[in-house]
Amino acid sequence: MKLLEPGTEVDGFTVLECIHSGGMAHIYRVEYAMGPPNPGFPLAMKIPRMTAGDGAETIVSFEVENQILPSLTGPHVPRFVAAGDIDRLPYLVMEYVHGRTLDHWLEQPEKPDTETIARLGAAMGRAVHSLHQQNVCHLDLKPGNVLFTSEDHAYLLDFGLSCHAHYPDLLAEELRKAVGSPVWIAPEQVVGVRGDPRSDIFAIGVMLYELATGELPFGSPTTKGGLRQRLWMTPAPPRQYRPDMPEWLQETILRCLEPEAARRHPSAAHLAFDLTHPGQVQITARGQRTRGPGLRTHFKRWIKAAGMYYQPSPLPTRQIEEVPIVMVAVPHADVSDVTLYSLRQAVGRSLGIRPGARLACVTVISPSASSSTDDERSETSLHRQHSTRLRQWAEGLDLSGHSVSYHVLESGDVAQALVRYAEGNQVSMMILGAATHGLQTQRFIATVPMRVARDAPCTVILVKQALPFAQLAAEYTE
Amino acid sequence: MKIALLSDIHANRQAFDACLAHARAHGAQHIALLGDLVGYGGDPRYVVQQAMAIAAEGGTVLCGNHDALAVLPPAALGKAGATVATHGARWTHSQLSAEERDFLTHLPLTAVVNHTMLVHASADAPERWRYVDNEVVAGQCLDAALRHPGVRHVFCGHVHRQMLYYRGTGHGLMRFAPVPGVPVPVPPRRAWVATIGSVGQPRDGDTRAMYALLDTAHWQLRFERVPYHHAEAAAAVRATGELPESFAHRLETGR
Repeated sequence: MKLLEPGTEVDGFTVLECIHSGGMAHIYRVEYAMGPPNPGFPLAMKIPRMTAGDGAETIVSFEVENQILPSLTGPHVPRFVAAGDIDRLPYLVMEYVHGRTLDHWLEQPEKPDTETIARLGAAMGRAVHSLHQQNVCHLDLKPGNVLFTSEDHAYLLDFGLSCHAHYPDLLAEELRKAVGSPVWIAPEQVVGVRGDPRSDIFAIGVMLYELATGELPFGSPTTKGGLRQRLWMTPAPPRQYRPDMPEWLQETILRCLEPEAARRHPSAAHLAFDLTHPGQVQITARGQRTRGPGLRTHFKRWIKAAGMYYQPSPLPTRQIEEVPIVMVAVPHADVSDVTLYSLRQAVGRSLGIRPGARLACVTVISPSASSSTDDERSETSLHRQHSTRLRQWAEGLDLSGHSVSYHVLESGDVAQALVRYAEGNQVSMMILGAATHGLQTQRFIATVPMRVARDAPCTVILVKQALPFAQLAAEYTE
Repeated sequence: MKIALLSDIHANRQAFDACLAHARAHGAQHIALLGDLVGYGGDPRYVVQQAMAIAAEGGTVLCGNHDALAVLPPAALGKAGATVATHGARWTHSQLSAEERDFLTHLPLTAVVNHTMLVHASADAPERWRYVDNEVVAGQCLDAALRHPGVRHVFCGHVHRQMLYYRGTGHGLMRFAPVPGVPVPVPPRRAWVATIGSVGQPRDGDTRAMYALLDTAHWQLRFERVPYHHAEAAAAVRATGELPESFAHRLETGR
């Protein structure tokens, strides 16, 4: 298909300019030819390059995008506007989002600093999590398909190879071929698995690796054997190229690139969490290495990988629901041992049925509590005291198999601080005391638990004091 | 046009009424019954009378294996062997009037409605009552249907299970287990086979009735699960005093 001239009219839209001319499609800025109905945001039209010489794959992936884009919502995908008849006049009109793709940062002469890498990575993690929550795996994440409106907010583009668990997968076939881009494709995609959200985490890992080192972790393979390499190989540790990289960041990037999906972050929300809380990343040998694993390790993994084959994946939402981020608000003032005990019981029960869940213990202190003159009450020592108290509180929990982190937030508005924390970290469930963070007598005032329950973007469990102590005491006095 | 596709009603009055009400509330303009109106359930007369009314209003009613069995003379059924199904068919036969039996006798095996092919079992040999329960049979069913000009979709009953078969990038068909209530795009540029499940006798452990709603204007297919008063339907089976207890019990468990 040849390029359309500005002013050309296509099915009620006027072409303004071509903004992207790719191998698969042309993208134009357009507007409604008749003026209204104006959706209130600028528009882009994507027209696939389907000429006689193009393979069927272009058409199928356009069909897939046609199927999936209209079903997507949220702040991380361009809004769908219109679609043309695929056989007669194939096109998609969607929201035009102004921003820079990740290529912008990759093309800079200087490699970005740690903080920028972490921010870009966390933005990608949040965007991808929002997609997974809608039962969609992107499966073709690469620098050109991630658009940043700021370093903290990413949009995902191009759903031509994506997989929506609610629709038949038009790209599937009995022989289970690898579908994806060779540089970023996850090992399980190589053996034909389509629908594991952790495949997208792998692709984010490849992008972060390149951002940090300027190198591609698995090169750009052109053969089947080359593609299969990622089934067993651990890439050279980024610190080999960049000794100044902190261990926590290498730990996080290499975890994304684990050949076995089960060893990666269990959900993109967990990845975003690690990238926004460097101090809470548990560093293993993976983060400390400055050389890759030896020949012997790779040989063992190569043998194991030879037996890897296709297995179907459960629904993405079900997979990520099983590894939630659970948050507990631990009060520090006017709190009885019974309340702390009950909270611990509730958290223990919630974690017990969810192996792989991560726990964030949060306490909110008043900003006026710290003092710049008094050493005992200086900001850092105050934070340390509260953080230690949180750790002590959590000591009674069986935390094997769970990541745990401790956070001291400073805010004059406790409810707002808790809700914002839950929003910012894709928390799935918040546990807090029903009668904490406020007095029980304030029945007609919006108390903290009531406001949190109303405003939180997740499930909220309000814990009432457990009976044992109170009941026992009552029985003894009778 | 919105077409409601209902199959394997099996004389279950409560499930049938619930699905019809659901379909009409969701704008169904054409009702198609894909066979097995009777058999197993306690209300064959009610269901057949409703089917006659639907046919009189321009709806589509097809013949299923249980309908064919129920109109055979009892003597012929005796020769077919004394199975649970033939016992049930004899009882059904005794319940129906001559006019109702005549209606069942003259039902067609297939129909084409709005360029979609409807059949109780498989389109390649409708009278053999083959089960479309895997990709291979679905492929043969599809190939037969595609010989009709303009047809790109086949809808089948008989297997009591909701499944969509389609061609991916490979040669053979792929299967897709639909999520109830989610509209699935089924554009005619591809060819599709769907088994729409059973209204009156679910067997997958879920007691809710099954049917499907096809929107031919947008080519979207929605598989539905509709809750109904299954205890009442089970009571109707027991009230006959003739039908085996297992027919009632399976409605209560969906097995």
